[in-house]
Amino acid sequence: MLRRNMSDLSSVSIPPPPPSWRHVGRHGVFPAAGHDDTARFDFLANLNSLLASEVLPRVRDAYERRAVPAYTEAHGHPPRDRREAHEALKGERLWQTFSALRRCSMEMRQQTGRTLVLKQLPELIAKAHAYNEGASTLKLDPTIEQPRYASAVDIHCMPGGYHAELVPDDVSAGANYDSGLFATTAGMLGRFSDGGGRAVAAWLKREYPDFRPRRILDVGCTIGHNVVPLAQAFPEAEVIAVDTAAPVLRYGHARARSLGVHNLTFMQANAEALPFPDQYFDLVTSAMFWHETSAKALPRILKEIGRVLAPGGLTLHLEQPQYTPEMPLFEQAMRDWDAYYNNEPFWSVMHELDLKRMLLEAGFRGEDYFETTIRALVDRELFPEAGQGQEDYGRTPMWIAFGAWKRG
Amino acid sequence: MDLDPLLLGAAPAKGKRPWFFSDPDVERLLNVVMALAMELAVTRQRLDALERLLEARALLPREAIEGFAPSPEAERERQLMLREFQIRLLRIFLQDAQRERTPAESIERIMKELAEGSGP
Repeated sequence: MLRRNMSDLSSVSIPPPPPSWRHVGRHGVFPAAGHDDTARFDFLANLNSLLASEVLPRVRDAYERRAVPAYTEAHGHPPRDRREAHEALKGERLWQTFSALRRCSMEMRQQTGRTLVLKQLPELIAKAHAYNEGASTLKLDPTIEQPRYASAVDIHCMPGGYHAELVPDDVSAGANYDSGLFATTAGMLGRFSDGGGRAVAAWLKREYPDFRPRRILDVGCTIGHNVVPLAQAFPEAEVIAVDTAAPVLRYGHARARSLGVHNLTFMQANAEALPFPDQYFDLVTSAMFWHETSAKALPRILKEIGRVLAPGGLTLHLEQPQYTPEMPLFEQAMRDWDAYYNNEPFWSVMHELDLKRMLLEAGFRGEDYFETTIRALVDRELFPEAGQGQEDYGRTPMWIAFGAWKRG
Repeated sequence: MDLDPLLLGAAPAKGKRPWFFSDPDVERLLNVVMALAMELAVTRQRLDALERLLEARALLPREAIEGFAPSPEAERERQLMLREFQIRLLRIFLQDAQRERTPAESIERIMKELAEGSGP
C-alpha cells in the first residue's frame, strides 16, 4: 500500500491499480498461464505504474532543481535541446534510479513472457499449426531477409526481435510479444492490446462514413493486433497485413483466425518492395511502425505506399506524438528514453521528422495531408471507474494519426 | 525439442546494455533484489489466493488468520523465526559491524607470516 504524503492525511488515497493480467484477452494461440505467471505480470504492471506516477514526477522536479543548474554551470547555458537535456539527466541520481528500475522491469518482462512461452512452445506451435495449415491467408516467403532496422539490435529488448526462429514453425516471438504488451501498457491498450486499431477504425467510421475501402494493406503488422479491428470494421474488404518476420506472422494469422477474422491475409514481405500491383489498395495503414524503420527505409516504404494506393485512397499512420518546440525538453528527453535504453534506435530521429514533408516527398500533396490526435478508447470492462493512466512518456495510449488522401 | 526454456527465457537482447549507476555491480545487485521482490510478491499473492479459497470453502475464516493468537510457546518460536530470518538477510551488514569492533588482519599478511622461514 502506498501512502502519498503522511503529513496530509486528509488527502490519502490509493490510486486505482492497473487491471490484473488475468483480464488479458485470450484467443486460440494465447499462451496458457498459471497463477504465478499472472502474478509476475501484475508485479511488473504495478512497478511500471509506480515508476510513472511516483518516481517520474520527482525526476522532473530534480531535473529543474538540480540537473539544469548543474548543466548550466558546466556548459555556460541551460540545455538547448533534448539531447542536452538527456546529458543533463545522466548525472542526476533520481534519473539513474528511475532508469535502472525501468530497464530492469523491461528485462524482467521479457524473461517472464519468454519463459512462459518457451515452456509450452511445442503446444503453441501445434495450436498455431491447426489454424495455419493449408490456409491461403498465410503466405510466408523464406527468401525475405530481415532489414537492418529490424536486426541491428533486438527491438524493445526482445531477445531475437520479432524474427528469430528457435525451431521450425516457431511462433515464440509473437506469443511473447502478445503476452507482455498488456503488462507493459498497464492494460491501457485494451484486453487484446488493440486500442490503436480500434481507435483508427472508429475514427474512420465517424469522419468518413461513406469511405468503403475494397482492399486494405497494413505494413509492419507484427501480430496483427491493430489490423484485426480494421478487418472487423470493414468485413467486405480484402485486408492484407505484411511484415518481414515469420514468427509474428504465423502467430498473428492463427490469432486472427481464432478471433473469427477471415478477410485478413498475413504475408511475409518487405514494405520497401511491396509485392502488389500499382493502385491496388484503397487504404494503407501502419501503427507504431515508422519509429521501428530507418531514415533510408522509410522514404522507400512511403513511395511504395504511394504506388500501391489507388486514386481516391487513403494512407493513415499512427505514431506517438512528434517532438515540437512547444514540448518541454524534459518530456522530450524522457520520450527519448526508449530510443537509448529500450532498443528503439530510430525512435529519436523519427520523432523529429516533418511528417508532412515525408509524405510530400513520397508524392502526396500538401493540401491532402492531415494530422489529428487519437486516444485509445478506454476499455470499460477493464477500467469501470473511468480510469485514466498516468503519463508514462512513450507508452501512453495517445497517438497522432496522420496521412494523406491520394488525388483521384 | 532440445531447448532449455529457462535459460533461453533469460537470454540477453542483442545490443549493448546500458548501466545507469556509477557502479554497475550495484545495479546488478538491484536486478537481483528486484527479481527476489517479484518472486516474493508472487508468493504473497499465492498465499492470499490460498487464504481466500480456504475461506470460500468455509474451511478457515480469514479472521482466524488476522486474529491469530498463538500459544506462548508458538509465539516464542515465531519470534525466533523472525530473528533467524533477519540474521540470514542482514548477514553481510552484521559481519561488517563485527569487523568494525575487531579489525581483521589481511590474509596476505598472515600468508607472509606463516611462510616465514620456508625456503630461500
